[in-house]
Amino acid sequence: MFTQPVHSFQHIFALLKKDLLLELRQQYTFYGILLYVASSIFVLYLAIEQPESTVWNGLFWIIQLFICVNAVAKSFLQETKGRMLYFYAIAGAQQFIVAKLLYNTFIMLLMSLISLFLFQILLGNPLIHFWQFTGIVCIGSASLSLVFTMLAAIAAKAQQQASLMAIMGFPIIIPQLLLLMRISKAGLGEVFQAGALSDMIWLLCGLDVLVMVMAVILFPFLWKD
Amino acid sequence: MKKTWWKVLCIFLLLYTLIGGLLMDVPHKKILNETIRNIYFHVPMWFGMMVLFSCSVFYSVKYLRKPDLLYDIYATSYARTGMLFGILGLVTGAMWANYTWGKAWSNDIKQLGAAMALLVYAAYFVLRNSMIDIDKRARVGAVYNIFAFAMLFPALWIVPRMVESLHPGGAGNPGADPRDMDARMRIVFWLGAVPGFILLGIWLSTIIIRFRKIEDKNLLHA
Repeated sequence: MFTQPVHSFQHIFALLKKDLLLELRQQYTFYGILLYVASSIFVLYLAIEQPESTVWNGLFWIIQLFICVNAVAKSFLQETKGRMLYFYAIAGAQQFIVAKLLYNTFIMLLMSLISLFLFQILLGNPLIHFWQFTGIVCIGSASLSLVFTMLAAIAAKAQQQASLMAIMGFPIIIPQLLLLMRISKAGLGEVFQAGALSDMIWLLCGLDVLVMVMAVILFPFLWKD
Repeated sequence: MKKTWWKVLCIFLLLYTLIGGLLMDVPHKKILNETIRNIYFHVPMWFGMMVLFSCSVFYSVKYLRKPDLLYDIYATSYARTGMLFGILGLVTGAMWANYTWGKAWSNDIKQLGAAMALLVYAAYFVLRNSMIDIDKRARVGAVYNIFAFAMLFPALWIVPRMVESLHPGGAGNPGADPRDMDARMRIVFWLGAVPGFILLGIWLSTIIIRFRKIEDKNLLHA
């Protein structure tokens, strides 16, 4: 619990450090996702070469969705039962989930930026406002990773986790994905009504905060077995 | 039989809705014409669905606070009837859209939202069935139910107001356009149809709950 804020920040930091160290030592998972990103975008390139901007935008977000499912799913799969018991003894559930949320957001941000780079190289560059689009990509990848971290925590409790992630996640993520595809058209040169763009961005941020609050409240129930 | 008054009320309200809704005069609008009567049967399905899903979440929260399998039975039964209402709402909407919009499905944001809600709750049942342990199933199911509800309902209420739509009430209230109904219609709609169908949903759920209580008698009293 957050009775001693300094301690819980230390715990979150320690758990984050552990995830980062694990990533650095077992690099195959990191490179695995990287290869997944690169090869899926390469296959897209072979299939449709240089699509028009709306198709480009749609494909970009769908690829982000699949990258997210793959990158985040492993975050709970890699924790063995014994290790979970160890975390249970040394840290609280809330610190654990906050560390996971932060870590997955970081990884997803990295992957999204890499895939944006690859999309530009391979599938052409329809972007008119590059930095605006990049900002939206950052918000979008954070929203995706937050939702899927929580779903991965739920799916980790059940069998056939990978397919469950998709079954549970795709319907829930639709509103955010629709919003993202809509606002990212701003980066492709579409002009919005005054205020409409910032409204949608605030809505996305609000949903992100909601996911974090729900995760912190609900995760303690998932974790005690 | 205790507390039968609301069941009698439910039958009375639904009879009033059926007779009043199908026989009483309605304003003659362009394109809509007589199809405006669908508002008595289609829109209450969504009210019913939201109420039933809210009941389901209420019992999921109760389950997490005090793990009693009875609450789990309540939560799943309300979710089931909520899905039934959702499917009926989608079907009645599609039938109406077939005559007024020209085709049953036109990827309208409200149709997408409805389909999304059904998929989310279908996933709830798939998730539950993937676990064998009864307590774990109830607990993880409750967590997903609360999370999905918290994600889904803001999206259902906010997003349709931000995107253009064919659906009546395009600007403002996404459910029904108050300008389409006159005073007589409003009486049938708000006093008859909406409470009548909500009560019917709750009645159906209580029947399922009583049935499942008998089925799982051994588990509940163990």
